[in-house]
Amino acid sequence: MSLLEADAAAVTPLPRQSTGKRLADRAFWVVLFVSFGVAVVGLVALLWYVFDTGWPAFGGRLWRRFPSLDPEIAGARSAVFGTIWVLGITAALAVPIGIGAAVYLEEFASHDRWYTRWIALNIQNLAGVPSIVYGILGLAFIARGPLGLGPTVLTGGMILALLVLPIVIIASREAIRAVPPSIRDGSLALGATRLQTVRRQLLPAAIPGIATGVILALSRAIGEAAPLIMIGAFTYVPFNPTRLDSKFTVLPIQIFDWIGRPQEGFTQLAAAACILLLIILLFMNALAIWLRNRYQQRW
Amino acid sequence: MIGILFLCAALSVVVTIGIVLSLIPPTVEFFQEVDLGEFLTGTEWAPLFTPPKFGVLPIVAGTLVVTVCAIAIALPFGLGTAVFLSEYARPRIRKWLKPMIEVLAGIPTVVYGYFALKFVSPYVQDLWPIGDPPGVFNALSAGLVMGIMILPMVASLSEDALAAVPAGLREGAYALGSSKFEVASRVSVPAALSGIVAAFVLAVSRAVGETMIVLIAAGGTPNLTWNPGEAMQTMTAFIAAAGTGDLSQGSTGYQTIFAVGSLLFVVTFFMNVFSNRVVRRFREVYE
Repeated sequence: MSLLEADAAAVTPLPRQSTGKRLADRAFWVVLFVSFGVAVVGLVALLWYVFDTGWPAFGGRLWRRFPSLDPEIAGARSAVFGTIWVLGITAALAVPIGIGAAVYLEEFASHDRWYTRWIALNIQNLAGVPSIVYGILGLAFIARGPLGLGPTVLTGGMILALLVLPIVIIASREAIRAVPPSIRDGSLALGATRLQTVRRQLLPAAIPGIATGVILALSRAIGEAAPLIMIGAFTYVPFNPTRLDSKFTVLPIQIFDWIGRPQEGFTQLAAAACILLLIILLFMNALAIWLRNRYQQRW
Repeated sequence: MIGILFLCAALSVVVTIGIVLSLIPPTVEFFQEVDLGEFLTGTEWAPLFTPPKFGVLPIVAGTLVVTVCAIAIALPFGLGTAVFLSEYARPRIRKWLKPMIEVLAGIPTVVYGYFALKFVSPYVQDLWPIGDPPGVFNALSAGLVMGIMILPMVASLSEDALAAVPAGLREGAYALGSSKFEVASRVSVPAALSGIVAAFVLAVSRAVGETMIVLIAAGGTPNLTWNPGEAMQTMTAFIAAAGTGDLSQGSTGYQTIFAVGSLLFVVTFFMNVFSNRVVRRFREVYE
């Protein structure tokens, strides 16, 4: 036996994986890939079906014409404007309140106090409350009951603001927390007050993260129909909102109404309105991603 | 100024109190009219008819059937997707795939409802294996599509949990000669189990609380059955349907909305609290 051969024997590799083990591994990969495929196929089928049915009816009339009982001339102008109004009110309420709450919880609250922990826990739980329950809240307290505002754009905007508030707060808290302590300490060391530190250092640094969270919150709000149905938002509104106490409809409710109608034309219109909604959402998501990539700072 | 900021934070507590306050008084009034035992064990649900029947079981069963269908899709495939993304996909591919799957989660539920009723339901009718094919409105189509809807949530949250498992654990297992299957099934998934369970519970809670898909695709008739091929009404769909009708304030019919709403709120609330607990309590803290 030569020296070389002896060496080769000494470094004989460990026994290779058994065939059974490799087969199991292969099968496992197939199972996982199929799972992943289900998600992708679901997405593709949904988009394909909605675009395929809705595209012939998609066009300017969706935002130029008011709803009608005749599917040939019906549009969703009042729903488009209603959506803009409601979303505007939602943003005007949820953004300042949400950022305020996040700033308080991150910068001013004493973390060992029971009520601080309680508020944080409460926000987390609110994020999981079904949207229809917010509708019940709106029905009992805002549309009827103490506030008694009726089924108006203001009521709709307020309910959606409450609905997305936890999302805005959680995203803003994370954005503020991501600002390194040295920035805060530096500002305080130079003699700035805590409020000045928040306004001039923390918020500007956290804006991209907050903006991303706000956009995601609004894209949740834009698709909500259930809570607005509860407060009695209308399905047939042939005029745009002009004031805070105008009656209104929004795109998801208009779609819901059209789905329920027997005529083929309305089914097509429903799909067309779905396309419009999806395009708006795509833009919002793209904006969020762009903001995140463009302004995200690495500290 | 700090006072104003505190008020902003305290508003969330006010909202919770508001929800509870909006639910309790009408619910209490409701149970002065209707026996609690009859409500919880009755098998007929027709609160807006004369004579009214207040047995909540049919709409609870409807909720259960739809949720089970949804979970049957979302849990296995969601977890599979998460393991695929975290154990197999390269980081660069993952960076693209994860947001794509999250797009699914951002699609409005009316769009899913439309898809369930017009696209999935005809297939369910065609491919129904035994007995009479189901009608256009059936719990199965709604449940399947709801499963597709919550799948990304399960996948995304489980993937987060898997990503938090330190690489050292995996590498140790590989060094001992484990295959990918063994690493995933005996190391990564067990180590991330608390996060995965929390994701599951949250998914169930989401399915129970979802309204528009079932309102559009599951039909509007309360129906005490376990056959997913039949039309059913869920708790959420009842609330929405009753909310659209112009019920006069103070009537027993109006109070029914709040009684069912309380049940829904309590069920989902406990699931959410449980989910948060699981995460905090059983999280393996590495380093």
